[in-house]
Amino acid sequence: MTTAAAPVEHAVAVNAVSRVFAGRKGASVTALDAVSLTVAPGEFVSLIGPSGCGKSTLLRLIADLDTPTSGSIEVFGKTARQARIDQDYGIAFQQAGLLPWRTVAGNIELPLELHGTGKAARRERAAELIELVGLSDFAGHYPDQLSGGMQQRVAIARSLAESPSLLLMDEPFGALDEMTRERMQNELVRICAETSAAVVFVTHSIPEAVFLSNRVVVMSPRPGRIRDVLSVNLGRMSDRGENLREDEDFFHSVSQVRELLHGSASTGARGVETR
Amino acid sequence: MTQAGSVRTAPARAGVASRGRSWLGQGMPRRILVGALGVLALALFWELYIFFGPADGVIVGGITVLPRASEMAMPHLWVMLERVLEPVTGGANAIPMWQAVLEASLFTLGIAAVGWIVGVTVGLALALLMQRFKLAESAILPWIILSQTVPLIALAPLVRRWGAQIEFGAFTWENWMSVALIASYLAFFPVSIGALKGLGSPDANHVDLMHCYAVGWWKTLWRLRLPASVGYLLPALRLAAASAVIGSVVAEVSIGLRGGIGRLIVEYAGAAGSDPGKPWAPIFGSVLVGLVAAGFVGLVSLFLRRFRRGEVAS
Repeated sequence: MTTAAAPVEHAVAVNAVSRVFAGRKGASVTALDAVSLTVAPGEFVSLIGPSGCGKSTLLRLIADLDTPTSGSIEVFGKTARQARIDQDYGIAFQQAGLLPWRTVAGNIELPLELHGTGKAARRERAAELIELVGLSDFAGHYPDQLSGGMQQRVAIARSLAESPSLLLMDEPFGALDEMTRERMQNELVRICAETSAAVVFVTHSIPEAVFLSNRVVVMSPRPGRIRDVLSVNLGRMSDRGENLREDEDFFHSVSQVRELLHGSASTGARGVETR
Repeated sequence: MTQAGSVRTAPARAGVASRGRSWLGQGMPRRILVGALGVLALALFWELYIFFGPADGVIVGGITVLPRASEMAMPHLWVMLERVLEPVTGGANAIPMWQAVLEASLFTLGIAAVGWIVGVTVGLALALLMQRFKLAESAILPWIILSQTVPLIALAPLVRRWGAQIEFGAFTWENWMSVALIASYLAFFPVSIGALKGLGSPDANHVDLMHCYAVGWWKTLWRLRLPASVGYLLPALRLAAASAVIGSVVAEVSIGLRGGIGRLIVEYAGAAGSDPGKPWAPIFGSVLVGLVAAGFVGLVSLFLRRFRRGEVAS
Protein backbone atom coordinates (compact mmCIF):
# COMPACT_ATOMS: atom_id res chain seq x y z
CA MET A 1 0.00 0.00 0.00
CA THR A 2 2.73 2.45 0.92
CA THR A 3 4.29 3.30 -2.39
CA ALA A 4 6.79 5.65 -0.81
CA ALA A 5 9.49 3.18 0.07
CA ALA A 6 10.09 3.39 3.80
CA PRO A 7 13.47 1.83 4.54
CA VAL A 8 12.54 0.93 8.11
CA GLU A 9 8.91 0.13 8.68
CA HIS A 10 7.93 0.93 12.22
CA ALA A 11 5.66 -1.34 14.16
CA VAL A 12 4.06 1.77 15.59
CA ALA A 13 4.61 5.36 14.57
CA VAL A 14 2.86 7.98 16.66
CA ASN A 15 3.19 11.40 15.13
CA ALA A 16 2.34 14.56 17.12
CA VAL A 17 -0.80 13.04 18.52
CA SER A 18 -3.10 14.99 20.80
CA ARG A 19 -6.27 13.81 22.40
CA VAL A 20 -8.60 16.33 24.01
CA PHE A 21 -11.64 15.13 25.90
CA ALA A 22 -14.51 17.56 25.96
CA GLY A 23 -15.56 17.96 29.55
CA ARG A 24 -18.73 19.37 31.01
CA LYS A 25 -19.54 23.06 30.83
CA GLY A 26 -17.16 23.58 27.95
CA ALA A 27 -14.13 22.61 30.00
CA SER A 28 -11.83 20.23 28.19
CA VAL A 29 -9.10 17.89 29.35
CA THR A 30 -5.95 17.43 27.30
CA ALA A 31 -5.09 13.80 27.85
CA LEU A 32 -2.28 13.79 25.34
CA ASP A 33 -0.42 16.77 23.97
CA ALA A 34 1.65 16.42 20.80
CA VAL A 35 3.07 13.01 21.60
CA SER A 36 5.44 11.37 19.16
CA LEU A 37 6.84 7.90 19.52
CA THR A 38 8.04 5.05 17.35
CA VAL A 39 8.27 1.39 18.18
CA ALA A 40 10.48 -0.84 16.08
CA PRO A 41 9.41 -4.36 15.12
CA GLY A 42 10.17 -6.78 17.92
CA GLU A 43 10.86 -3.99 20.37
CA PHE A 44 9.42 -3.95 23.90
CA VAL A 45 8.40 -0.45 24.92
CA SER A 46 6.86 0.41 28.25
CA LEU A 47 4.78 3.49 28.90
CA ILE A 48 5.11 4.61 32.50
CA GLY A 49 3.83 7.59 34.41
CA PRO A 50 1.45 8.69 37.15
CA SER A 51 -2.30 8.38 36.79
CA GLY A 52 -3.72 10.74 34.22
CA CYS A 53 -0.57 11.00 32.13
CA GLY A 54 -2.41 9.56 29.15
CA LYS A 55 -0.54 6.26 28.88
CA SER A 56 -3.71 4.22 28.61
CA THR A 57 -5.20 6.80 26.26
CA LEU A 58 -2.17 6.45 24.01
CA LEU A 59 -2.56 2.67 24.00
CA ARG A 60 -6.25 2.95 23.16
CA LEU A 61 -5.41 5.29 20.30
CA ILE A 62 -2.92 2.79 18.89
CA ALA A 63 -5.57 0.06 19.25
CA ASP A 64 -8.09 2.29 17.44
CA LEU A 65 -10.44 2.10 20.39
CA ASP A 66 -10.33 5.89 20.31
CA THR A 67 -9.34 8.45 17.69
CA PRO A 68 -6.82 11.25 18.14
CA THR A 69 -7.99 14.85 18.11
CA SER A 70 -4.97 15.72 15.98
CA GLY A 71 -1.87 14.00 14.69
CA SER A 72 -1.59 10.59 13.12
CA ILE A 73 -0.87 7.05 14.12
CA GLU A 74 0.51 4.36 11.86
CA VAL A 75 0.73 0.71 12.70
CA PHE A 76 2.93 -1.25 10.31
CA GLY A 77 2.59 1.59 7.84
CA LYS A 78 -1.21 1.53 7.87
CA THR A 79 -3.72 3.64 9.70
CA ALA A 80 -4.59 2.39 13.16
CA ARG A 81 -8.07 1.61 11.90
CA GLN A 82 -6.84 -0.51 9.03
CA ALA A 83 -4.41 -2.28 11.34
CA ARG A 84 -7.26 -3.14 13.65
CA ILE A 85 -9.39 -4.43 10.81
CA ASP A 86 -6.43 -6.47 9.57
CA GLN A 87 -5.90 -7.84 13.10
CA ASP A 88 -2.30 -6.72 13.22
CA TYR A 89 -2.24 -6.53 16.98
CA GLY A 90 -3.27 -8.57 19.97
CA ILE A 91 -4.49 -6.84 23.10
CA ALA A 92 -4.71 -7.55 26.82
CA PHE A 93 -6.31 -5.33 29.44
CA GLN A 94 -5.94 -4.96 33.18
CA GLN A 95 -9.00 -7.13 33.69
CA ALA A 96 -8.56 -10.45 31.98
CA GLY A 97 -11.97 -9.95 30.36
CA LEU A 98 -12.60 -13.61 29.70
CA LEU A 99 -16.08 -14.70 28.70
CA PRO A 100 -17.36 -16.54 31.77
CA TRP A 101 -19.38 -19.06 29.77
CA ARG A 102 -16.40 -20.24 27.77
CA THR A 103 -13.67 -22.58 28.93
CA VAL A 104 -10.00 -21.64 28.89
CA ALA A 105 -9.65 -23.23 25.46
CA GLY A 106 -12.90 -21.62 24.28
CA ASN A 107 -11.72 -18.18 25.33
CA ILE A 108 -8.40 -18.55 23.56
CA GLU A 109 -10.19 -19.76 20.44
CA LEU A 110 -12.59 -16.81 20.45
CA PRO A 111 -10.66 -14.47 18.11
CA LEU A 112 -9.91 -17.39 15.78
CA GLU A 113 -13.55 -18.40 15.77
CA LEU A 114 -14.70 -14.85 15.08
CA HIS A 115 -12.38 -14.62 12.12
CA GLY A 116 -13.41 -17.90 10.63
CA THR A 117 -10.51 -20.20 11.40
CA GLY A 118 -11.43 -23.85 10.97
CA LYS A 119 -12.23 -25.97 13.97
CA ALA A 120 -9.21 -28.26 13.78
CA ALA A 121 -6.77 -25.40 13.30
CA ARG A 122 -8.42 -23.59 16.19
CA ARG A 123 -8.06 -26.55 18.52
CA GLU A 124 -4.45 -26.98 17.59
CA ARG A 125 -3.55 -23.32 18.06
CA ALA A 126 -5.36 -23.15 21.40
CA ALA A 127 -3.56 -26.25 22.66
CA GLU A 128 -0.25 -24.71 21.60
CA LEU A 129 -0.96 -21.46 23.43
CA ILE A 130 -2.27 -23.19 26.53
CA GLU A 131 1.01 -25.04 26.62
CA LEU A 132 2.90 -21.78 26.14
CA VAL A 133 1.28 -20.12 29.13
CA GLY A 134 1.54 -23.27 31.21
CA LEU A 135 -2.13 -24.09 31.70
CA SER A 136 -2.22 -27.50 30.08
CA ASP A 137 -4.17 -29.02 32.96
CA PHE A 138 -6.83 -26.33 32.82
CA ALA A 139 -7.94 -26.25 29.19
CA GLY A 140 -11.46 -27.36 30.13
CA HIS A 141 -11.82 -25.12 33.17
CA TYR A 142 -14.08 -22.09 33.28
CA PRO A 143 -12.68 -18.66 34.19
CA ASP A 144 -14.38 -18.63 37.60
CA GLN A 145 -12.41 -21.75 38.48
CA LEU A 146 -9.10 -19.97 37.92
CA SER A 147 -7.02 -17.61 40.04
CA GLY A 148 -6.45 -14.03 38.89
CA GLY A 149 -2.97 -14.86 37.61
CA MET A 150 -4.26 -17.81 35.63
CA GLN A 151 -7.05 -15.74 34.11
CA GLN A 152 -4.50 -13.16 33.05
CA ARG A 153 -2.38 -15.87 31.45
CA VAL A 154 -5.41 -16.99 29.46
CA ALA A 155 -5.95 -13.39 28.37
CA ILE A 156 -2.35 -13.19 27.20
CA ALA A 157 -2.69 -16.48 25.35
CA ARG A 158 -5.84 -15.10 23.71
CA SER A 159 -3.99 -11.95 22.64
CA LEU A 160 -1.37 -14.16 20.99
CA ALA A 161 -3.93 -16.38 19.25
CA GLU A 162 -3.54 -14.90 15.80
CA SER A 163 0.24 -14.56 16.06
CA PRO A 164 0.19 -10.76 15.93
CA SER A 165 3.44 -8.93 15.37
CA LEU A 166 2.31 -6.28 17.85
CA LEU A 167 1.04 -6.76 21.37
CA LEU A 168 -0.77 -3.99 23.22
CA MET A 169 -0.96 -4.49 26.96
CA ASP A 170 -2.70 -2.14 29.35
CA GLU A 171 -1.45 -2.90 32.87
CA PRO A 172 -2.10 -6.60 32.41
CA PHE A 173 -0.53 -7.43 35.76
CA GLY A 174 -1.96 -4.44 37.60
CA ALA A 175 -4.45 -6.45 39.62
CA LEU A 176 -2.08 -9.24 40.61
CA ASP A 177 -0.15 -9.70 43.82
CA GLU A 178 3.58 -9.04 43.80
CA MET A 179 4.72 -12.66 43.64
CA THR A 180 2.33 -13.64 40.87
CA ARG A 181 3.28 -10.48 39.12
CA GLU A 182 6.99 -11.25 39.04
CA ARG A 183 6.31 -14.76 37.84
CA MET A 184 4.08 -13.39 35.07
CA GLN A 185 6.79 -10.93 34.07
CA ASN A 186 9.28 -13.78 33.77
CA GLU A 187 6.82 -15.65 31.59
CA LEU A 188 6.07 -12.62 29.44
CA VAL A 189 9.79 -12.13 28.81
CA ARG A 190 10.00 -15.76 27.75
CA ILE A 191 6.89 -15.53 25.55
CA CYS A 192 8.14 -12.36 23.88
CA ALA A 193 11.46 -14.00 23.14
CA GLU A 194 9.59 -16.88 21.53
CA THR A 195 7.16 -14.83 19.48
CA SER A 196 9.39 -11.83 18.67
CA ALA A 197 6.39 -9.51 18.63
CA ALA A 198 6.69 -5.81 19.32
CA VAL A 199 5.05 -4.86 22.59
CA VAL A 200 3.59 -1.62 23.89
CA PHE A 201 3.16 -2.15 27.60
CA VAL A 202 1.40 0.27 29.93
CA THR A 203 2.38 0.04 33.57
CA HIS A 204 2.91 2.15 36.65
CA SER A 205 5.49 -0.14 38.16
CA ILE A 206 9.07 1.02 37.66
CA PRO A 207 10.82 -2.36 38.15
CA GLU A 208 8.27 -4.00 35.88
CA ALA A 209 8.94 -1.49 33.11
CA VAL A 210 12.70 -1.85 33.48
CA PHE A 211 12.66 -5.62 33.72
CA LEU A 212 10.58 -6.08 30.58
CA SER A 213 11.57 -3.31 28.26
CA ASN A 214 14.05 -2.32 25.64
CA ARG A 215 12.91 1.23 26.13
CA VAL A 216 10.96 2.90 28.89
CA VAL A 217 8.85 5.91 27.93
CA VAL A 218 8.36 8.17 30.94
CA MET A 219 5.26 10.32 30.75
CA SER A 220 4.01 13.27 32.77
CA PRO A 221 0.44 14.35 33.39
CA ARG A 222 -1.67 17.42 32.71
CA PRO A 223 -1.24 17.60 29.83
CA GLY A 224 -0.04 14.09 28.98
CA ARG A 225 3.42 14.36 27.48
CA ILE A 226 6.46 12.21 26.99
CA ARG A 227 9.04 13.49 29.48
CA ASP A 228 11.87 11.23 28.43
CA VAL A 229 12.69 7.94 26.81
CA LEU A 230 15.20 5.68 28.50
CA SER A 231 16.96 2.86 26.73
CA VAL A 232 17.44 -0.10 29.00
CA ASN A 233 20.47 -2.14 28.14
CA LEU A 234 19.89 -5.29 30.04
CA GLY A 235 20.53 -7.70 27.26
CA ARG A 236 18.32 -9.66 24.96
CA MET A 237 14.87 -10.80 25.97
CA SER A 238 15.82 -14.43 25.87
CA ASP A 239 18.68 -13.83 28.30
CA ARG A 240 16.60 -12.08 30.89
CA GLY A 241 15.74 -14.17 33.87
CA GLU A 242 15.00 -14.08 37.55
CA ASN A 243 18.57 -13.15 38.52
CA LEU A 244 18.31 -9.97 36.50
CA ARG A 245 16.30 -8.51 39.36
CA GLU A 246 19.40 -8.65 41.56
CA ASP A 247 21.59 -7.11 38.88
CA GLU A 248 23.39 -3.82 39.53
CA ASP A 249 22.45 -2.53 36.07
CA PHE A 250 18.82 -3.32 36.80
CA PHE A 251 18.91 -1.21 39.97
CA HIS A 252 20.67 1.54 38.13
CA SER A 253 18.00 1.67 35.46
CA VAL A 254 15.27 1.56 38.09
CA SER A 255 16.74 4.63 39.80
CA GLN A 256 17.11 6.37 36.49
CA VAL A 257 13.45 5.85 35.65
CA ARG A 258 12.50 6.95 39.14
CA GLU A 259 14.50 10.11 38.81
CA LEU A 260 12.86 10.87 35.50
CA LEU A 261 9.43 10.23 36.97
CA HIS A 262 9.94 12.42 39.99
CA GLY A 263 11.70 15.18 38.11
CA SER A 264 15.42 15.88 38.23
CA ALA A 265 15.70 16.47 41.98
CA SER A 266 15.82 12.93 43.22
CA THR A 267 17.52 11.82 46.39
CA GLY A 268 18.13 8.47 44.85
CA ALA A 269 16.55 6.59 47.72
CA ARG A 270 16.50 3.15 46.30
CA GLY A 271 14.09 0.40 47.02
CA VAL A 272 11.38 2.54 48.52
CA GLU A 273 8.97 1.82 45.77
CA THR A 274 9.23 -1.72 44.67
CA ARG A 275 6.26 -1.95 42.47
CA MET B 1 -2.37 -34.35 40.91
CA THR B 2 -1.32 -30.96 42.20
CA GLN B 3 -3.80 -29.23 39.97
CA ALA B 4 -6.65 -29.56 42.40
CA GLY B 5 -4.56 -27.86 45.04
CA SER B 6 -3.56 -24.99 42.85
CA VAL B 7 -7.03 -24.08 41.71
CA ARG B 8 -8.02 -21.15 43.76
CA THR B 9 -11.67 -21.54 44.53
CA ALA B 10 -13.38 -18.24 44.99
CA PRO B 11 -16.19 -18.13 47.58
CA ALA B 12 -18.71 -17.47 44.85
CA ARG B 13 -17.50 -20.51 42.98
CA ALA B 14 -17.95 -22.63 46.07
CA GLY B 15 -21.53 -21.44 46.20
CA VAL B 16 -22.16 -22.60 42.66
CA ALA B 17 -20.48 -25.91 43.26
CA SER B 18 -22.62 -26.72 46.25
CA ARG B 19 -25.76 -25.54 44.51
CA GLY B 20 -24.90 -27.62 41.49
CA ARG B 21 -24.40 -30.63 43.69
CA SER B 22 -27.60 -30.03 45.62
CA TRP B 23 -29.58 -30.47 42.42
CA LEU B 24 -28.41 -34.01 42.01
CA GLY B 25 -27.43 -35.11 45.47
CA GLN B 26 -29.04 -34.74 48.81
CA GLY B 27 -30.30 -31.23 48.15
CA MET B 28 -33.04 -32.19 45.72
CA PRO B 29 -35.14 -34.37 48.06
CA ARG B 30 -34.71 -31.66 50.65
CA ARG B 31 -36.10 -29.04 48.30
CA ILE B 32 -39.08 -31.22 47.48
CA LEU B 33 -39.64 -31.86 51.17
CA VAL B 34 -39.52 -28.17 52.04
CA GLY B 35 -41.87 -27.41 49.16
CA ALA B 36 -44.33 -30.07 50.28
CA LEU B 37 -44.14 -28.77 53.84
CA GLY B 38 -45.06 -25.31 52.58
CA VAL B 39 -48.18 -26.63 50.86
CA LEU B 40 -49.05 -28.68 53.92
CA ALA B 41 -48.70 -25.64 56.17
CA LEU B 42 -51.11 -23.72 53.95
CA ALA B 43 -53.63 -26.57 54.07
CA LEU B 44 -53.26 -26.79 57.84
CA PHE B 45 -53.79 -23.06 58.20
CA TRP B 46 -56.96 -23.29 56.10
CA GLU B 47 -58.41 -26.08 58.20
CA LEU B 48 -57.38 -24.45 61.47
CA TYR B 49 -59.14 -21.26 60.47
CA ILE B 50 -62.30 -23.18 59.61
CA PHE B 51 -62.11 -24.82 63.01
CA PHE B 52 -61.29 -21.79 65.15
CA GLY B 53 -62.51 -18.88 63.03
CA PRO B 54 -65.89 -17.25 63.84
CA ALA B 55 -68.68 -18.50 61.62
CA ASP B 56 -69.76 -14.96 60.75
CA GLY B 57 -66.25 -13.64 60.29
CA VAL B 58 -64.76 -10.66 62.07
CA ILE B 59 -66.41 -7.35 61.30
CA VAL B 60 -64.85 -4.10 62.43
CA GLY B 61 -66.93 -0.97 61.85
CA GLY B 62 -69.00 -2.62 59.17
CA ILE B 63 -65.99 -3.92 57.28
CA THR B 64 -65.29 -7.64 57.18
CA VAL B 65 -61.63 -8.03 58.06
CA LEU B 66 -61.66 -11.81 58.43
CA PRO B 67 -63.81 -14.11 56.29
CA ARG B 68 -66.67 -16.21 57.52
CA ALA B 69 -65.59 -19.70 58.42
CA SER B 70 -68.86 -21.28 57.39
CA GLU B 71 -68.94 -24.37 55.23
CA MET B 72 -70.36 -22.39 52.35
CA ALA B 73 -67.65 -19.71 52.38
CA MET B 74 -64.71 -21.94 53.26
CA PRO B 75 -65.28 -25.58 52.38
CA HIS B 76 -63.04 -28.22 53.91
CA LEU B 77 -60.19 -29.44 51.76
CA TRP B 78 -61.69 -32.88 51.53
CA VAL B 79 -64.92 -31.37 50.24
CA MET B 80 -62.96 -29.77 47.43
CA LEU B 81 -61.12 -33.00 46.67
CA GLU B 82 -64.26 -35.11 46.73
CA ARG B 83 -65.96 -32.67 44.43
CA VAL B 84 -63.17 -33.02 41.87
CA LEU B 85 -63.86 -36.72 41.59
CA GLU B 86 -67.60 -36.35 41.17
CA PRO B 87 -69.35 -35.59 37.87
CA VAL B 88 -69.68 -31.93 36.88
CA THR B 89 -73.47 -31.93 37.05
CA GLY B 90 -76.19 -34.25 38.16
CA GLY B 91 -76.90 -35.05 34.53
CA ALA B 92 -76.75 -38.64 33.37
CA ASN B 93 -73.95 -38.22 30.86
CA ALA B 94 -71.88 -35.68 32.81
CA ILE B 95 -68.12 -36.20 32.74
CA PRO B 96 -66.12 -36.19 35.99
CA MET B 97 -65.09 -32.78 37.26
CA TRP B 98 -61.34 -33.50 37.06
CA GLN B 99 -61.69 -34.33 33.41
CA ALA B 100 -63.57 -31.16 32.62
CA VAL B 101 -61.03 -29.07 34.53
CA LEU B 102 -58.08 -30.85 32.92
CA GLU B 103 -59.48 -30.31 29.43
CA ALA B 104 -60.08 -26.64 30.16
CA SER B 105 -56.57 -26.36 31.65
CA LEU B 106 -54.99 -27.82 28.53
CA PHE B 107 -57.02 -25.46 26.38
CA THR B 108 -55.88 -22.45 28.36
CA LEU B 109 -52.30 -23.74 28.52
CA GLY B 110 -52.23 -23.95 24.73
CA ILE B 111 -53.46 -20.40 24.34
CA ALA B 112 -51.02 -19.17 27.00
CA ALA B 113 -48.18 -20.95 25.19
CA VAL B 114 -49.04 -19.23 21.93
CA GLY B 115 -49.27 -15.92 23.78
CA TRP B 116 -45.95 -16.59 25.47
CA ILE B 117 -44.16 -17.41 22.24
CA VAL B 118 -45.54 -14.35 20.48
CA GLY B 119 -44.79 -12.18 23.51
CA VAL B 120 -41.23 -13.46 23.87
CA THR B 121 -40.59 -12.98 20.15
CA VAL B 122 -41.94 -9.45 20.14
CA GLY B 123 -40.19 -8.61 23.42
CA LEU B 124 -36.85 -9.85 22.11
CA ALA B 125 -37.28 -8.05 18.81
CA LEU B 126 -38.04 -4.79 20.60
CA ALA B 127 -35.07 -5.25 22.91
CA LEU B 128 -32.76 -5.89 19.95
CA LEU B 129 -34.07 -2.83 18.18
CA MET B 130 -33.58 -0.68 21.25
CA GLN B 131 -30.10 -2.10 21.82
CA ARG B 132 -29.09 -1.43 18.24
CA PHE B 133 -30.42 2.09 17.96
CA LYS B 134 -30.21 4.49 20.86
CA LEU B 135 -32.91 6.55 19.16
CA ALA B 136 -35.25 3.58 19.14
CA GLU B 137 -34.72 3.14 22.85
CA SER B 138 -35.74 6.71 23.63
CA ALA B 139 -38.65 6.42 21.25
CA ILE B 140 -40.04 3.01 22.21
CA LEU B 141 -39.19 2.45 25.86
CA PRO B 142 -41.70 4.96 27.29
CA TRP B 143 -44.45 3.38 25.19
CA ILE B 144 -43.55 -0.09 26.37
CA ILE B 145 -43.88 1.01 29.96
CA LEU B 146 -47.05 2.95 29.20
CA SER B 147 -48.54 -0.09 27.45
CA GLN B 148 -48.82 -1.93 30.75
CA THR B 149 -51.00 0.74 32.30
CA VAL B 150 -53.87 -0.03 29.93
CA PRO B 151 -56.33 -2.27 31.77
CA LEU B 152 -56.97 -5.63 30.21
CA ILE B 153 -60.70 -5.22 30.46
CA ALA B 154 -60.51 -2.17 28.22
CA LEU B 155 -58.31 -3.93 25.74
CA ALA B 156 -60.26 -7.14 25.28
CA PRO B 157 -63.31 -5.81 23.38
CA LEU B 158 -61.05 -3.72 21.15
CA VAL B 159 -58.89 -6.67 20.19
CA ARG B 160 -61.94 -8.75 19.55
CA ARG B 161 -63.56 -6.14 17.32
CA TRP B 162 -60.37 -5.49 15.32
CA GLY B 163 -59.76 -9.18 15.01
CA ALA B 164 -63.21 -9.76 13.62
CA GLN B 165 -62.36 -7.46 10.71
CA ILE B 166 -59.30 -9.46 9.75
CA GLU B 167 -59.96 -11.90 7.00
CA PHE B 168 -57.83 -12.93 4.09
CA GLY B 169 -58.09 -16.09 2.10
CA ALA B 170 -58.90 -19.08 4.23
CA PHE B 171 -57.72 -17.32 7.34
CA THR B 172 -60.25 -15.92 9.71
CA TRP B 173 -59.53 -14.40 13.08
CA GLU B 174 -60.88 -16.52 15.88
CA ASN B 175 -61.64 -15.63 19.44
CA TRP B 176 -58.87 -17.75 20.89
CA MET B 177 -56.43 -15.66 18.88
CA SER B 178 -57.68 -12.55 20.62
CA VAL B 179 -57.04 -14.24 23.95
CA ALA B 180 -53.54 -15.29 22.90
CA LEU B 181 -52.86 -11.77 21.67
CA ILE B 182 -53.85 -10.30 25.01
CA ALA B 183 -51.69 -12.87 26.79
CA SER B 184 -48.77 -11.88 24.59
CA TYR B 185 -49.49 -8.24 25.36
CA LEU B 186 -48.75 -8.97 29.01
CA ALA B 187 -45.90 -11.39 28.30
CA PHE B 188 -43.80 -9.20 26.03
CA PHE B 189 -43.25 -6.55 28.67
CA PRO B 190 -40.88 -8.32 31.09
CA VAL B 191 -39.01 -9.88 28.16
CA SER B 192 -38.34 -6.59 26.40
CA ILE B 193 -37.19 -4.90 29.61
CA GLY B 194 -35.12 -7.88 30.81
CA ALA B 195 -33.55 -8.51 27.43
CA LEU B 196 -32.69 -4.85 26.97
CA LYS B 197 -30.92 -4.84 30.32
CA GLY B 198 -29.22 -8.15 29.56
CA LEU B 199 -28.04 -7.13 26.10
CA GLY B 200 -26.50 -4.02 27.61
CA SER B 201 -24.87 -5.95 30.45
CA PRO B 202 -21.45 -6.88 28.97
CA ASP B 203 -18.51 -4.96 30.43
CA ALA B 204 -17.00 -2.10 28.46
CA ASN B 205 -13.96 -4.36 28.48
CA HIS B 206 -15.72 -7.07 26.51
CA VAL B 207 -17.25 -4.61 24.10
CA ASP B 208 -13.81 -3.06 23.52
CA LEU B 209 -12.42 -6.51 22.86
CA MET B 210 -15.06 -7.16 20.19
CA HIS B 211 -14.21 -3.81 18.66
CA CYS B 212 -10.53 -4.80 18.60
CA TYR B 213 -11.53 -7.99 16.82
CA ALA B 214 -13.25 -5.81 14.23
CA VAL B 215 -16.46 -7.81 14.33
CA GLY B 216 -19.82 -6.29 13.53
CA TRP B 217 -22.96 -5.88 15.57
CA TRP B 218 -24.46 -9.24 14.69
CA LYS B 219 -21.40 -11.24 15.66
CA THR B 220 -21.04 -9.21 18.85
CA LEU B 221 -24.69 -9.94 19.52
CA TRP B 222 -24.34 -13.66 19.01
CA ARG B 223 -21.02 -14.19 20.75
CA LEU B 224 -21.26 -11.63 23.53
CA ARG B 225 -24.54 -9.85 24.12
CA LEU B 226 -26.95 -12.77 23.86
CA PRO B 227 -24.94 -15.14 26.08
CA ALA B 228 -24.41 -12.32 28.57
CA SER B 229 -28.14 -11.58 28.65
CA VAL B 230 -29.19 -15.10 29.69
CA GLY B 231 -28.99 -14.26 33.37
CA TYR B 232 -31.42 -11.40 32.86
CA LEU B 233 -33.55 -13.19 30.32
CA LEU B 234 -34.50 -16.27 32.33
CA PRO B 235 -36.30 -14.45 35.17
CA ALA B 236 -38.00 -12.38 32.47
CA LEU B 237 -39.15 -15.51 30.66
CA ARG B 238 -40.55 -16.90 33.92
CA LEU B 239 -42.40 -13.66 34.57
CA ALA B 240 -43.66 -13.72 31.01
CA ALA B 241 -44.95 -17.27 31.49
CA ALA B 242 -46.89 -16.26 34.58
CA SER B 243 -48.21 -13.16 32.80
CA ALA B 244 -49.27 -15.20 29.79
CA VAL B 245 -51.28 -17.58 31.99
CA ILE B 246 -52.96 -14.78 33.93
CA GLY B 247 -53.56 -12.89 30.70
CA SER B 248 -55.19 -15.92 29.09
CA VAL B 249 -57.46 -16.63 32.04
CA VAL B 250 -58.61 -13.03 32.38
CA ALA B 251 -58.95 -12.49 28.63
CA GLU B 252 -61.07 -15.62 28.26
CA VAL B 253 -63.53 -14.06 30.65
CA SER B 254 -63.39 -10.61 29.03
CA ILE B 255 -63.72 -11.93 25.49
CA GLY B 256 -66.23 -14.60 26.47
CA LEU B 257 -64.30 -17.49 25.03
CA ARG B 258 -65.66 -20.89 25.97
CA GLY B 259 -63.63 -23.98 26.76
CA GLY B 260 -60.89 -22.49 28.92
CA ILE B 261 -60.22 -22.41 32.60
CA GLY B 262 -61.15 -18.74 32.91
CA ARG B 263 -64.62 -19.47 31.68
CA LEU B 264 -64.94 -22.40 34.10
CA ILE B 265 -63.92 -20.22 37.04
CA VAL B 266 -66.72 -17.77 36.29
CA GLU B 267 -69.22 -20.49 35.45
CA TYR B 268 -68.59 -22.58 38.56
CA ALA B 269 -68.41 -19.56 40.86
CA GLY B 270 -72.14 -19.25 40.40
CA ALA B 271 -72.59 -22.66 41.93
CA ALA B 272 -70.81 -21.69 45.16
CA GLY B 273 -74.09 -21.19 47.02
CA SER B 274 -75.26 -24.75 46.71
CA ASP B 275 -72.04 -26.58 45.82
CA PRO B 276 -69.16 -24.94 47.74
CA GLY B 277 -66.50 -27.36 46.49
CA LYS B 278 -67.19 -26.70 42.83
CA PRO B 279 -65.52 -23.27 42.29
CA TRP B 280 -62.28 -24.58 43.70
CA ALA B 281 -61.68 -27.16 41.01
CA PRO B 282 -60.95 -24.66 38.17
CA ILE B 283 -58.89 -22.56 40.56
CA PHE B 284 -56.66 -25.55 41.18
CA GLY B 285 -56.68 -26.06 37.43
CA SER B 286 -55.31 -22.57 36.83
CA VAL B 287 -52.64 -23.18 39.49
CA LEU B 288 -51.70 -26.30 37.57
CA VAL B 289 -51.40 -24.34 34.34
CA GLY B 290 -49.15 -21.84 36.07
CA LEU B 291 -46.97 -24.60 37.48
CA VAL B 292 -46.55 -26.26 34.10
CA ALA B 293 -45.64 -22.93 32.52
CA ALA B 294 -43.07 -22.18 35.24
CA GLY B 295 -41.73 -25.73 34.97
CA PHE B 296 -41.21 -25.32 31.26
CA VAL B 297 -39.11 -22.20 31.77
CA GLY B 298 -37.18 -24.06 34.47
CA LEU B 299 -36.42 -26.72 31.91
CA VAL B 300 -35.19 -24.09 29.46
CA SER B 301 -32.92 -22.59 32.10
CA LEU B 302 -31.43 -26.01 32.76
CA PHE B 303 -30.10 -26.04 29.21
CA LEU B 304 -28.71 -22.53 29.52
CA ARG B 305 -26.90 -23.12 32.79
CA ARG B 306 -23.49 -22.61 31.24
CA PHE B 307 -24.33 -19.02 30.41
CA ARG B 308 -25.21 -18.19 33.98
CA ARG B 309 -21.64 -18.63 35.20
CA GLY B 310 -21.16 -14.95 34.61
CA GLU B 311 -23.42 -14.14 37.52
CA VAL B 312 -21.01 -15.64 40.00
CA ALA B 313 -17.67 -14.90 38.34
CA SER B 314 -16.00 -11.59 38.98
